[in-house]
Amino acid sequence: MTIRSVLIANRGEIAVRIIRAAQALGIRTVQVYSAADADMLAVRLADEAINIGSPAPKKSYLNGAAIVAAARAAGVDAVHPGYGFLSENGDFADAVEAAGMIFIGPSGDAIRLLGDKVQARAVAARAGVPTVPGSDGRIEDLAAARAVIARTGFPVMIKAAAGGGGRGIRIAHSEAEFEQQFPLATAEALAAFGDGGLYLEKVVTRARHVEVQIFGDGDRVVHFFERECSLQRRRQKVWEEAPAARLPEAVRTRLCASAVALAETVQYRGAGTVEFLYDETTQDFYFIEVNTRIQVEHPVTEMITGFDLVQEMFKVAGGAPLSLRQDQIVRRGHAIECRINAEDPSRDFMPAPGTVTRLRVPEGEGIRFDTMLYEGYTVPPFYDSLLGKLIVWAETREACLDTLTTALQGLVIDGVPTTIPLHLALAGNAAVRASDVHTRFLETWLETDAILHSDDRAEVA
Amino acid sequence: MTKREIRSSLPGTFYRASSPDVPPFKADGDAVVAADTIGLVEVMKTFVAIAAGTDGANIRFLVENEEPVMAGQVIAEVEE
Repeated sequence: MTIRSVLIANRGEIAVRIIRAAQALGIRTVQVYSAADADMLAVRLADEAINIGSPAPKKSYLNGAAIVAAARAAGVDAVHPGYGFLSENGDFADAVEAAGMIFIGPSGDAIRLLGDKVQARAVAARAGVPTVPGSDGRIEDLAAARAVIARTGFPVMIKAAAGGGGRGIRIAHSEAEFEQQFPLATAEALAAFGDGGLYLEKVVTRARHVEVQIFGDGDRVVHFFERECSLQRRRQKVWEEAPAARLPEAVRTRLCASAVALAETVQYRGAGTVEFLYDETTQDFYFIEVNTRIQVEHPVTEMITGFDLVQEMFKVAGGAPLSLRQDQIVRRGHAIECRINAEDPSRDFMPAPGTVTRLRVPEGEGIRFDTMLYEGYTVPPFYDSLLGKLIVWAETREACLDTLTTALQGLVIDGVPTTIPLHLALAGNAAVRASDVHTRFLETWLETDAILHSDDRAEVA
Repeated sequence: MTKREIRSSLPGTFYRASSPDVPPFKADGDAVVAADTIGLVEVMKTFVAIAAGTDGANIRFLVENEEPVMAGQVIAEVEE
């Protein structure tokens, strides 16, 4: 069934992006909003808007029952979940389908399967996709641990089975260190989590974050090449590129084939991303996780392939086969996306909502700005700090970095602090220009670099 | 008896406790000293501690847990 109307179960810039894709396809749009979002751009652009609750996300954008009720009341054919919120909630996908509408994404079962770290790792292993070497579950004693280390090598991570969120992790760099740390880690895990169980995982030092955009129609799966998102702060991506600058072509071919193989084993339907850690020194890559939705950074892929991924989501969800065969998907040039957040880089990235008093958006060939801002808009404090994404394309990465600098200089957002100064500094940084980066690069650089702290120091002086 | 107001410096969502599983930082009627944390305000997914900023007795909260607050809004009152 071709989709003729859609409810957008999201907010911010991605809601705007989805509405524009829907409008290009002649699809009627219904935008839900919280009481704090009545003035948002997506509400203004949509054909219809429905208030679904108070500002707190769990009372509005995470309230699946309210969203399904709104969708039924509006009589839409489909629901697009965007990213975040309910986009990777299998039960929400099921509820939408059970109410007789199309969920624009994979099935609830596929979302649950791939959303479970242990099960997803097993799916990857079955598809022949490399996973980070380590123990299969808990290790019982030192002898078992030595057998695992024979495969992982050093350094090795000792993780508490009951830990999480970075807690309960020790790193051993040698056998002597390991034998000293292992009993301590057991005692520590027992004290902290009431469970002394441990498992082991190889440490990929100076790892790069590389991910493959895949798309399936339930029958075939294709890829749209990779993105690199190694510049992260507190595990949040801040700058993304396509393609990965220093990836050898042979590795790219294997990487993309791995992602397709994984998705094929579950007859994947819709847009998805398979994330990997890449070890540049050994040219090995390891599966991390699958994101069963459109990603924030999808525009860099669109810029190098000239293909609209969000429009394709509507077509495939409506029952059409994939528009393209793999051999029709070609990449050209280089694209970079900078996430422009309402955060103050000179104050440890403290977020600050407020009213945008002036907005100047750079224009020109290869420049795109995906945003929910307009002059006079008040950014509410209840949601994430993403204001927009500046995306730049050029024939080469070097030219792309130059265009990016010009575009960043032309982007003016007054009224709220933004991360534009961070991106300007990164665009001029020698290591970034050489793409000599890894997932810990940005945090280390922020601790040592003086550029972003100069204002504070002047004030102190 | 003079009352002193404790205001939120930021807009966001007000929380009385550091997580749903633990008791609130302060119960109605508690005494506070200036450095005491009386709650958190979540602004754009970042949590900021709100200090009492004044010594006082018999704190009364004027904002419910998990309710939105505006910058400058009075969150609680204490007696001097």
